Parts: sequence; C-alpha cells; structure tokens
Amino acid sequence: MISLAGRDILHSWGKFVFTGFGLGLLIGVTLTMAGLYRGMVDDGMALLDNSGADLWVVQRDTLGPYAEPSGLPGDLWRDIRSVPGVAEAANVTYLTMQVGQGERDIRAMVAGVTAGDPGIPGWPPRLVAGRQITRGHYEAVADMSTGFALGDTLRIRRNHYTVVGLTRRMVSSNGDPMVFIPLRDAQEAQFLKDNDAILMQRRRAEADPSLNRPGIPGLLEAVLGTQTNNENVNAVLVRVHPGFAIQDVAENIRRWQRLTVYDRAQMESILIGKLIATAAKQIGMFLVILAFVSAAIVAFIIYTLTMDKIREIAVLKLLGARNRAIAAMILQQSLLLGLLGFVVGKIAATFAAPFFPRFILLIPADSLRGLLAVGVICALASLVAIRIALKVDPAEAIG
Amino acid sequence: MKADGIRVENVSKRFGEGSAAIWALKDANLRVAPGEVVGLIGPSGSGKSTLLKCLGAVMDPTAGRMFLHEELIYEGGWKMGDLRALRRDKIGFIFQSPYLIPFLNATDNVALIPMLTGVRNAEARHRARELLEALDVHHRATAMPAQLSGGEQQRVAIARSLINRPPVILADEPTAPLDSERALAVIRILNTMAQRFDTAVIVVTHDEKIIPTFRRLYHIRDGVTHEEAGEGRSPGG
Repeated sequence: MISLAGRDILHSWGKFVFTGFGLGLLIGVTLTMAGLYRGMVDDGMALLDNSGADLWVVQRDTLGPYAEPSGLPGDLWRDIRSVPGVAEAANVTYLTMQVGQGERDIRAMVAGVTAGDPGIPGWPPRLVAGRQITRGHYEAVADMSTGFALGDTLRIRRNHYTVVGLTRRMVSSNGDPMVFIPLRDAQEAQFLKDNDAILMQRRRAEADPSLNRPGIPGLLEAVLGTQTNNENVNAVLVRVHPGFAIQDVAENIRRWQRLTVYDRAQMESILIGKLIATAAKQIGMFLVILAFVSAAIVAFIIYTLTMDKIREIAVLKLLGARNRAIAAMILQQSLLLGLLGFVVGKIAATFAAPFFPRFILLIPADSLRGLLAVGVICALASLVAIRIALKVDPAEAIG
Repeated sequence: MKADGIRVENVSKRFGEGSAAIWALKDANLRVAPGEVVGLIGPSGSGKSTLLKCLGAVMDPTAGRMFLHEELIYEGGWKMGDLRALRRDKIGFIFQSPYLIPFLNATDNVALIPMLTGVRNAEARHRARELLEALDVHHRATAMPAQLSGGEQQRVAIARSLINRPPVILADEPTAPLDSERALAVIRILNTMAQRFDTAVIVVTHDEKIIPTFRRLYHIRDGVTHEEAGEGRSPGG
C-alpha cells in the first residue's frame, strides 16, 4: 500500500526537517536530563566502587560519611581490624571544599587516605599517570577533571601540595572531582583552626577557672593539647576476608563497637535514595514537563499539517478512502516526525554530553525508553488531528 | 430501451424543521443513460449542489428514490450499508478545482484510491497509466500537480474519477477555471470517456461556453428540475 505520510514528508521535506530539528533539540534536552540523572547515580556508584570497601563504619546513628557528618576516633580502626573476618580497615576523611591553584580554584572532594601501601581501602585504585602518594605530607593525587597536571602545586587551606598522580572517574556523588591527600593533612584541613582562632581559644581556656586550676598543674596544657590536635576521622573503611559473610562481620562491629555500619547495598540506597533524591525528583519533574511540552509541540505541528490538508482529506473521503487510511497517514507523519526528532536529539545529546560540567551518562536502555516514550507521545499527540480529520464531512469537497 | 445509468425519482431535501424549514429540492427528477453526458444548470442557490450531494451519497434526501443501473440505492434510507464503498466503486467525482493530492505525482493521484483499498500498487499504476494515455496526459505521468497546467490537472482528475470504472460520474463545475478552448476540451474528453466506458455523466455548470454542447439539460430552479433539450453542439476537436 502506498504511504501517504512518507510521500507528504518527501514532498515537503524542508518543513519536516526543520520541525524535526526543533523537536530534536527538545528531545536532546530530555535525553540529556535523563543522562544527568544516570550520571549522578554513576558518580555515586563510582565513589563506592573506588573506595574499595565492603563496609563503611561511621559514627553511631549517622548516615556518614557521604550524606552526613560523621566523626570517629582516629585509633578506632585498630579495634575494628581485630574483629573476626576483617581483612583490612583504614581511616578515611572526606571534605568537599575549594582547592586552589594560583588564581583559580575548583570545587573538589578532598579525601584523606591513611598512610600505607596502595590498594588499601580509600586509596585511588587506578592511576592514569604518575604514582601514588608515598610521603606522609604534601603530596596529592587528583582526578583528571580537576584540570591539574603532574607536578602542579595546589592549595588546600594554608598548605600546598604537589600533584604526583592522576586518576580518572574519581568523583563525589555531587560530581565534584576527588583530590587525595595524606590523612594527617586532611585531618588538619578539616578540623584544625587557624592561628588566631587557636590563640583566642587558648585565652578563653586560660580564663576559664574550671580548666585553669593552679592546684592541678598540667591540666590546662592537656586541655589545650586536645583542642589543637584532632585525631578524628569520618569513617573506617573495611574490607572483609573472602571466606566471611559481610553481614556477619557488620553485625559484629555494630554489636561490639556500638557503631553504625553500612554495607554496599545500604550505602547505595543512602546515596541514591537520600543524597541525590531531591535532584532526581527535580530532574523527574523536568522530564515530565518536557514530555508535556514535546507532546504539545507535536500535537500543534500535526494539527497544523492536518488542517493544511483538510480539503484533500475531504476529497479522499469523498472518493472512498477508508478512515483508517487517513488516520494512518496522520499517525505515521506524527511517528516519523518523532523518529526524526529522536535521531536529531540523540545525536545532539551524544555530542553535547562531554561539554557539560557534570557527568552525563547516556545508556542504550534510556535511549530505547526515550524512543518508546516519543512514539507514545507522538501517537497521543496525533489523536486530536486524527479526530478532526475523521470528522471532516466529505460533502465539503463539493460546492 | 437502454437501462438508465442513474435515475432520480421525486427526490426532495429539506433543511430545518417547522416554520424554519427550507426545501432545497422539491420532487427532483433526473435520469441519465450509460454513455450519456447531461448538463445540470441553474442559478446559485437553486439546489444544484444539494442534488449533487444527494447523488454523491454524502447527503441524505428527505424523500424520493434513487437508482443506479436500475438498482434501488435510496428509498427512505440508503440500501447499501457502506456509502464509502458505494462512492468508491459506483461514483466518480470531478470537482471545480482538480483537488489533486499535492504530494503525489499524476499517476499516483489517479491510482491512489485503488492502492488504498487493497489493489496491488503495480496493477493500480498500470490502470492509471492507461487512463492517462487515453486522456493524452501520459507524458506528464510523473509530474507533480504543481508542475501541471490547469487543463492537465483537470484531465488527471478525470482519469482519477474513472479509475474504478464507475457507472456514474458527477462533475461539479469542471470547466469553471478553464478558458474556452480547455473547457471544450474537457467536455470533449467527458463525452469520449462516457461512451468508451459506458458511464453516465452529470455535469453541474454555469459555464455558458459548454452549455450548448449538451444534448440534454436539466434546469433546476428553486429546487425543481425541468428537463430541456440541448443544442448538442459539437465541442470540437
């Protein structure tokens, strides 16, 4: 059977191409929004994957270390290490902050990793250039997306660090690139106060009669010492021996150490269900709005195209064309317009994705869902035009 | 005696009800034999279009009977359930403007309805090319409507009306946009095709150029038809 829709499109291809291009950009935005959500989830998963941990031990009743602040004593890892089934336990701190380089600064998640051999939990698992941190201070491994290069000097608070290694796809759940520095430096960056603040705190302590007791020598110095040294960490990352059940080890740590322990699945649910939930809802709302806008645009275009052909439709009906042939023409035009728009949108999204500051992950399954959604939207959008076409009186062709 | 191609007996059409009722047709009578071309003339508002719509099965008469090849098709209601099929298979239409589908070439415009109703594309196009050849526009078979002259477009429209070999063709002012020469050419073609395919042709017209060519005329005034003998002058060629 002849395809009226195809012939019409071939005849007035310019109109269809321009319309499809416009629609395609809208679909491209929609696909990019979906890709943004996927990218956020993937960033979260990358964070968990790259930590190399089976369990995250955090301050009791907190959702740390990524979703809430968490503080643990710096020596707790030894107790955790002694729990049966624990293969490795390592302290880690995370702090999202501005990292400077000369005049510029970028937002990054600074991770403090414990000294030791590469490969223990918390360390960047793979480098694409340079080496791992080997010194206890002032060395850094940065993600490539920071823009830092090997040998660059970067600034975190008052201290300067030399970039000795580069990683790829090491990002926080917010998409901020990660910078790894030695744990001690990270603790200092996170917990230590500046000199003036320390001085003022010392004065306040000296003026406090409960702390400055002449009868107890050394008390004030001890208090001041605890105020200027902070050994806290955000979490202890635990890797479990292969022969042990992760849940059993987690339960042991919970019971005996009175801490909160998350396994991988729980951490995923925190990241996806809580940390990026608002952003996901926001994106979902945008997707719904874009779907309605796309439907309205397609409906308007198809309605206009149908109204342009209303006399021809009356003639076709008068000559005996079946309703389904006329409906098929309008539906096919709508679907072909949607298909053209989808192809343009997919290409636009694919080429534009690398230019977005956040990671855009375009997965084939989303593209397939997008194509189906476009098909459904176009089919629904064509209903108004089909209804009008079917109501056309064939007598309009006469007189 | 040859059977009528189409026969209309006492067909009336009323619009509105009660005191607001208007009778557009009052006991209209008409018959056309196969192979015959008759004119249906009358001033604007006389009921020509209403009669044509009733004949074309796109409007229900209020009363009367209609026959196609002596087969009763209307009496108090249509006797055929599928009016679309009736129009497609039994009635050909030619309009004042050709109303060709702008995105189909001449051949496909002619072959369109058979192609949309299950006839193989190749067969429908073959039939279309035969008709275009008979109407002497075969050399423009692949031209799009916008590339055809007014006369060529009208000949393609005539070919379209003939594609299903209907027993009746209804032509609504088919020569209105054409000059004398082309208008007479269209009438000549209609006469030839009517005889060749044994088709009864009714031409609604005001066109003074072609009225003298009809052997028989129906004059319609205030919804009432009057049969008149025409001059039957040759359209030339």
